[in-house]
Amino acid sequence: MKISILVNEGPYQHQASDSAYQFCVAAIDSGHEVSRVFFYHDGVNNGTNLTTPPQDDRHIQKRWSALAESNGVDLVLCVAACQRRGIVDEGERDRNKKDAINVADGFRISGLGQLIEAGIESDRLVTFGD
Amino acid sequence: MSTLNIVNKSPFEKRTLDQCLSRIAAGDAVLLIEDAVVVAAAGTSYETELKSASASHKLYVLSPDLEARGLAERSLVDGFSCVDYKGFVALVTEHDRVHSWL
Repeated sequence: MKISILVNEGPYQHQASDSAYQFCVAAIDSGHEVSRVFFYHDGVNNGTNLTTPPQDDRHIQKRWSALAESNGVDLVLCVAACQRRGIVDEGERDRNKKDAINVADGFRISGLGQLIEAGIESDRLVTFGD
Repeated sequence: MSTLNIVNKSPFEKRTLDQCLSRIAAGDAVLLIEDAVVVAAAGTSYETELKSASASHKLYVLSPDLEARGLAERSLVDGFSCVDYKGFVALVTEHDRVHSWL
């Protein structure tokens, strides 16, 4: 079955990112396809590569990036949420005249249309939030 | 058509469990995750309501979240079934729709 995920909260503050990740791993292990994870609102903070959690703590961003690399999961950050919170890729840097890029490997910045498309094209859309 | 309803907050913090239980259709399932799992433990003021809900709804609780809160050894309200994350995935695929009560 094709499953997509919506994450509405940031890492280390709410359990949503952790629950969503564990769900994705279990879904893939069960033979399902996790086609897209859409990060909305504070959820876009999952996609910055500037975090350095303590070594004995889970690295939530790297965990997502590894999932994208090993299983082809499309990690999409909402562009408007990113602009508000300072998550920047090359295009956004140029367009908004910033001097840095911090979007992590495996993540891409796009629009809400990607969430709607995931809802239409997936068999199930599961939301994790506050 | 059946719906899996996911509740993630304790009813002692938010009203989502009350809102869910008062609106869902007979035959719909309820899965408690994150802080909502505390109410699956026997002995709270929600025990009677949940017991009666179990007559018309399947009730599930996510066991890793029970364990994370030190409740794995506690007896649960009659009618609850424990699932792990793979069981969570199975519930999502077995029901036609999934609704998170946020």
